This record gives sequence, structure tokens and C-alpha cells, in this order.
Amino acid sequence: MPVKVLTGNHAVAEAVRLSRVKVIAAYPITPQTTIMEKLSEMADKGVLDARVLRVESEHSALAAAYAAASAGARAFTATSSHGLLYMHEVVWWAAGSRIPLVMAVVTRAIGPPWNIHVDHQDIMDQRDTGWIIGIAQENQEVLDMTIQAFRISEDPRVYLPVMIGLDGFILSHTSAPVDIPSQDEVDAWLPPRRQPYVITPESKIVMGNISDDDEHFMMRYSMHVAMNEAKRVIKEVDESYGKTFGRSYGGLLECYKCEDADYAILLAGSWAGDAKTAVEMLRSEGYKVGVIRIRFIRPWPREELLEIASRLKGIIVFDRAVSMGSTGILLGEVSSTLYSTKISIRGTIAGLTGVDVGPEAFYTQAKEFIEKVEQQGHVYEPLHWLLPPRYRRRGKPGKIERAEVVM
Amino acid sequence: MEDLLEIRFHGRGGQGAVTAANILADAAVREGKYAQAFPHFGAERRGAPVVAFARISTKPIEVHSRIERPDIVVVLDSMLFELVDVTSGLKRGGILVANSKRNPGIEGDYKVYCVDATGIAMRKGLVVSGWPVVNTVMLGALSKATGIVSLDSLAEVISSRFPEDVAKRNIDAMKSAAESVHTC
Repeated sequence: MPVKVLTGNHAVAEAVRLSRVKVIAAYPITPQTTIMEKLSEMADKGVLDARVLRVESEHSALAAAYAAASAGARAFTATSSHGLLYMHEVVWWAAGSRIPLVMAVVTRAIGPPWNIHVDHQDIMDQRDTGWIIGIAQENQEVLDMTIQAFRISEDPRVYLPVMIGLDGFILSHTSAPVDIPSQDEVDAWLPPRRQPYVITPESKIVMGNISDDDEHFMMRYSMHVAMNEAKRVIKEVDESYGKTFGRSYGGLLECYKCEDADYAILLAGSWAGDAKTAVEMLRSEGYKVGVIRIRFIRPWPREELLEIASRLKGIIVFDRAVSMGSTGILLGEVSSTLYSTKISIRGTIAGLTGVDVGPEAFYTQAKEFIEKVEQQGHVYEPLHWLLPPRYRRRGKPGKIERAEVVM
Repeated sequence: MEDLLEIRFHGRGGQGAVTAANILADAAVREGKYAQAFPHFGAERRGAPVVAFARISTKPIEVHSRIERPDIVVVLDSMLFELVDVTSGLKRGGILVANSKRNPGIEGDYKVYCVDATGIAMRKGLVVSGWPVVNTVMLGALSKATGIVSLDSLAEVISSRFPEDVAKRNIDAMKSAAESVHTC
């Protein structure tokens, strides 16, 4: 298996090629565009046997991919930020129709003002749609997760579409070594496409006309059941992938240095790598800290988190997306999962709109939280805002005199 | 080699700073090391000052935040010294490799290397749309000055990325830079 230096976006394209996708539709948007450029190039050169559809909007991009998937083709699309918001209606249609489909979301801040840099507001905004939602840390995982996504989505126990998140620029435009499996290996591992029904001109199936309310309710219920089943399927697929390709990631979440940890930093995406670097710094000072990296926000790893938390004194959550007027998105999930435990929790909103957060910030924030828990015994602080460096310690009205604002 | 080396390239949009970072990372990976290369994350314009970055390590690289304190700085354009603070954040004792015939006025606790990359590019026919293309030339100088990757690995990457005649000219120029780079 050759190791190549690839950007995250090209890792997506390689995975789509290896998964033998037949229909691809997308509309350009930074930082997604180079996925489609690469796939178009592959189709043009004949190394990818797929129809690449250029459409007039993201709404149409997903509509086309969803239609092709309904008609029996393995289909793919990709977008970012405003593009994802524009296709949001069809995001619900695809999941509600139980059509297996894969979409890459190159995570990017939402305007105004216009901003092409990373945060997770766009992908977190999709969390109630019925899509399975994964977020990768590295380019290698981007490739692996995308191939896995087709198998998860097309598993008869699931039949739900899957979104793969990769951080805009930080993965999408960063080159790093990626081990690319051979076509034969992927062909042997990824079964032929399966789906609950295929719409053809002759088939007697309609999706979208008015239904009985009770039936509609039961369709919603069945989606939730499938999501729960997906927890098991995601783990199985991750293990099976590991056996074949030598890489597995822990299923719904990765627990890094959790074995002897008293505390954990919980987060999702590429900045988990920076948090792991901070863990090394903290451990060199005797703080037993690990990282809980959420790989799938849907289905939510409730059982795994409860099990890990039973061995911890505290969790500090870093959110790159916020529900205005409530809390960070992950903090809300973590709090509701752990409400009956005695664990200490802090939620910190940071890294929105592309603001850089490195190992030093994780180190400082985690250390301060740990010291506080050790002194007070129990802490529940759902809302810290880690402001951009130049807005800290200004002493201006609003009294922002510390590294963060506590609410 | 240090566990982790961080490198910043300064150039102008269109000069190939991002490609230089990518070739460097690719060469390091071919030597069994780990590497990352990334552009400055923004909209870039031809001719405007740009930066690109690379990390090279003997261990897997997990950090994804920006490079604020590089070990090495490479400056592709000799006119940039008046426009950009190229030593910003450069570690004490760090290395600066400049496309310049003589020391471009760099002061401080740095090791400064000079190479006339523009002259080499012109002589070796590395000119696109009237612009000398100096990125591979500067990689040759960087290799010689720091030893972070070998000329052979760089040549291997260049051969894999460019048509044969273009690759040959670039490798030739890169070797010429390695011979003529000097402390300044």
C-alpha cells in the first residue's frame, strides 16, 4: 500500500474513487472545491468510472446525488458552510427517505462576515437531521472514514446517509502522509451496494406524498432505532477495517491515554491532535489527563462516555460550535449524558471562526480546571468563552480581565 | 534531527512557496519521516507576499495549530526583506535561507545562508511567464544548509511531479544551488 503525501480533500477523492462511486454532484465552495476538482480530473482521465454532475446550487447537488442514490447508484457529494446550509432541506429528505449516501463536509465558519476558516457550526447544525455524522482528526482518518461511511450507510441495519466532517484548511488543504489501500483490497472489503428500495420508472414506490400521521411518526421512530443500531455497526465496521487495513480508531470515540487518567479533554476534529500534545505536557508535570475524541456526534456515544466517565474526576469540553443562548453543542450532549454522575464538567467555547487554538491553550485551560476541581471537589461550569488572544486582558468595560469569560 | 522541525516559507503568490513546502514534506516522508505542509489559510493573489509552512518530525505529527515559532525560515523573494518581518517568531539560533547574493540586513542570533536563486533560475531556464521560478532552487539550498532532507529525495519528488524535461532543469538548478549556498 503506497504512502502518498495528500491534502485532506484529495484523501476524500481517493476514498470516493476506491469506493467505486457512480454518481457525483457538487457545486464549488471554498474549502470544499478541490475535492470536486480532483474527482472531475479522475473521471476525465478515466481512473474513476462515474458521472460527475455540475449543478447550479448545493440544493441541487444533494438533490441530484439523492436522486441517483434512490435509483440505485452509489452516490457522493461534498460541500461546506453556506453550501451546506443551502442544501439543508434536502439533507432532511435524504435521511427521511432512508437512502444510503455519503457527503463530505469540509467544516467552515458561517457568515456574516464572510469567513472561509474552520469551525464546526456548519456540521453541528445538521445534528438532528437523521444523518450519521463523523468528524476526522487526520488525513489518513479522512480516507478511512470515507470508505467506511459507504459500508455503514449501506448496512441494512442502518440505511441512513453519512456525513464525514474534515476541518477546513487544517485538513482539507494540509498535505500529510496517507496510506492508500489498493483497489482490490477495497473491493474485497466493501460489499456491493445495498439499499432499502430502488426507484425506477416501473417501481410502485413514491416518496414525498402525504402520509398518515401515525405512519410518519413510526418512520421517525424507525430512524431513531436505526441510529441506535448504527452504534454497533460503526464499531463492527471499524474493527473489520482494522483487520483488513491495519487501522482502526475506536468506533464512536477514541480514548487517548484514558487507561490511568483522572481527567479528560473532550473534543472533536483536528484540534484533538493539539490537545494530545497538551496531554504530553500535562503528564510530564504529573497530571493524569487523557483525550476523549468524539468521532461520531450522531449516533452519540452515550454508553461509551458513561463508561469512561465512571473512572474520571472531571472532563473539560472544547466546543467549536455554540447554540446561542444555550451552551456549546458538545457540552450540551456531555451534560445530558452525565447528569446522574458526580463528575466535574467544564464547557469551553473556543476556536470559532478559525481562531487558532494550540497545545499551550489546552494545557493552560485543562490545568486550571484540574486545579479547581482538586481544590473544590466538584465543579460544573458549562459556559467559558476562550476569547481570541488580543481580546483577552483588556480591562475595558465588560471586565474581560482573564483568559476567558465565565457566564 | 530534532523531534519536530517547523519551517516557514516566504514568497509571492505564484512563486511556488506552497509547492516548495509540499515537495519538502513529500521528500521527508520518502525518507521515512513524518511531515505536514500547508499554505497560509486565506485567499491569495499573484504577486502578493504569501507564506507556506511545513513540519518534519521523526514521530507522527498530531499538532495542527499554526506555526508561530519556526526553526527555519526560507525567503524566496529578495524584495520581501523590506516588506515583511521574515524573522518574526524565528527561534534564537534558528536558520534563515535567503534568495540573495549577500546578507539582506538580517540581524540577531540566527544562522543566515544566502544563494542567488534568481540568477540560478534564469541561467537554468526556470522562467514561467517572465518570472524566475526559484522554489526548487531554494529547496536545494535548504537541503545543503540544514540537511533536513537529502538532494536525492528532493530529486525523486520533483521527478514524480513534473514532466521529464522540466524535472531535469529543476534538479539541475537545485544541485547548483546546493553547491553555491553560503553563510552570509
